[in-house]
Amino acid sequence: MTEIAVNKSLIRCSDVNVYYADQQALFNINLDIKEKEVTSLIGPSGCGKSTFLRCINRMNDVIDICRVEGSVIIDNQDIYDSEVDVVELRSRIGMVFQKPNPFPKSVYDNVAYGPRLHGRILHQSDLDLKVEKSLERAGLWNEVKDRLKEPGTSLSGGQQQRLCIARAIAIDPSVILMDEPCSALDPIATAKIEELIDELKSKYTITIVTHSMQQAARVSQRTAFFHLGKLIEVGDTEKIFRSPDHEQTEAYVTGRYG
Amino acid sequence: MSNQNFKKRHRAEKRFKAYGLISIVAAASMLAVIISSMAYKAIPAFNNYTLNLEIDMSNQSSNSMIEDINYRGLLRDSLFSLFPEIEDRSEKRKLSKLISSSSSYILQDFIIENPSYINKKFYFNVLFTDDSDLFYKGYVDTSLPESERRIDDDEVLWLEYLYSLGRVKNKISSNLFLNGDSREPEVAGFFGATIGSLITIFVTLILSFPVGVFTAIYLENFAVKNRLTDFIEVNINNLAAVPSIIFGLLGLAVFINFFGMPRSVPLVGGLVLSLMTLPTIIITTRSALQSVPPSIREAALAMGASEMQVVFHHLLPAALPGIFTGTIIGLARAFGESAPLLLIGMVAFIVDIPGSISDPATALPVQIYIWADSPERAFVAKTSAATLILIGLLILINLVAVILRKKYEVKW
Repeated sequence: MTEIAVNKSLIRCSDVNVYYADQQALFNINLDIKEKEVTSLIGPSGCGKSTFLRCINRMNDVIDICRVEGSVIIDNQDIYDSEVDVVELRSRIGMVFQKPNPFPKSVYDNVAYGPRLHGRILHQSDLDLKVEKSLERAGLWNEVKDRLKEPGTSLSGGQQQRLCIARAIAIDPSVILMDEPCSALDPIATAKIEELIDELKSKYTITIVTHSMQQAARVSQRTAFFHLGKLIEVGDTEKIFRSPDHEQTEAYVTGRYG
Repeated sequence: MSNQNFKKRHRAEKRFKAYGLISIVAAASMLAVIISSMAYKAIPAFNNYTLNLEIDMSNQSSNSMIEDINYRGLLRDSLFSLFPEIEDRSEKRKLSKLISSSSSYILQDFIIENPSYINKKFYFNVLFTDDSDLFYKGYVDTSLPESERRIDDDEVLWLEYLYSLGRVKNKISSNLFLNGDSREPEVAGFFGATIGSLITIFVTLILSFPVGVFTAIYLENFAVKNRLTDFIEVNINNLAAVPSIIFGLLGLAVFINFFGMPRSVPLVGGLVLSLMTLPTIIITTRSALQSVPPSIREAALAMGASEMQVVFHHLLPAALPGIFTGTIIGLARAFGESAPLLLIGMVAFIVDIPGSISDPATALPVQIYIWADSPERAFVAKTSAATLILIGLLILINLVAVILRKKYEVKW
């Protein structure tokens, strides 16, 4: 536990308000995400946890009617500053989605897409190595090393999701955002992904949105509970699940609510 | 009671399937009737009866100009030598009309290519006129009174005599496929019109494909959604439903009258057909882009791809089969279109095979229109044959569309 306390905040969110047209989705969120640990965002459906996650890599920009106020500071820079290049920002943040969404390309090309896109790796042999490393880190290498040329969409659901994780870590992000990465997977595949998240946290800062309380308890060091667009409580996962400060949090984590 | 309900539902199911089957069979049999009646009518278009004449060029001095030789006279003399008893001038004229007036040009072309035949006697096959040809093909009913048929009793006797001489041959003719249009049905062909169509469609493709696809990409992925883009969208959808002849009027008013472009040329035809094809391409491209799952777009954006990279790396490749299909369907429609081309003068009688986008030309559907409008009976067969070819080409084009779609289809 002491080690966790030493970790400094990588992402500082202050007074984040998000609106979909006239509808306010997030209210004054102040949340720090610490380096090299797993922060889980929990809460009932529609509480704004995914919306918050998408604020961190500005994926909300894609939605025309969405408006974000407040500041999200990553590496001492407010990412909502007008001079921030969104494309550059996203090249530092990996994202894994709810439904596995590999590109309809080969396994190899899926993983090599990011490095190629950002032109960071120039030699083919380096790229091969990068793909291998990323797949290894995603725990997929042994399963796909002979099928690198097959389409990524031909893998099983759990493998596809790990491929998406490999694709995300191939760009060496400092942060990985995961939006309910296991909700479309069976328990075995879920267990594999959770194991993977546990390993990845030594290198990456991970923020995960999840519907499963057990998952949050298993994989995360810190947990933030959202309700109706407000951040109710944030703290060490153990504390949130054992003795939360708020009654609402307790009701939710014990299953009496939500 | 519930048992009864199930029976009812199954019966309804069966009825529905039967209705579907009946309508498919009805449609297919109608198509079969049309195609087979066309094919039956087209049969006489594929062969010609020819007359083997002995051409005597031994009196021609070799230094006379090839163009100056009286080929018509040579043919007539040879024909008359077969009927020594005919001496009356008007009868002779009637006799000479049995063979195609184009024969002298065919002979001239033959001599220009083979000058060694000058000073020689040789046998040469000449075409009959369309009426004599149809007589041999059995389309003249000799039991009708003389005044009601195109071949009178004298001509019947002459043609039968020629046949009895063994000089008449039935030959498979490539005229239909290799010649341009002609006033003489026996030599008229649709090659010129086909080339005209291909050039026109090529112009259409070059203009409408890039413009249509890029318009669709811009509207779908980059344009701000506001009143103006809504207005543009409504207009595009509306243009797709505008009757094609309106585009012809537009082409006439704008391209020919205002910009002073020449009439009857594939360039203007292509421009007009592009206007007609553009809405189809834009609409199908947009819907193909929309059918790419949004998760792919999100994945690429989250990887740090720019909006343009998302389009070119992911959306466009995945939408390609849909875009191809839409474009080909649009082009197929343009290929079979005649109305707008009539208005910009591509309905002209053009004998030469067009060689460029600025040569006067006609198009295959317009050629069909011209022939269908011609009084000569022999054009009926030509019309049917050209229609069959047009349908065949359209089937081919649509087949290509299906193959391309299957080949590039993306499985999610």
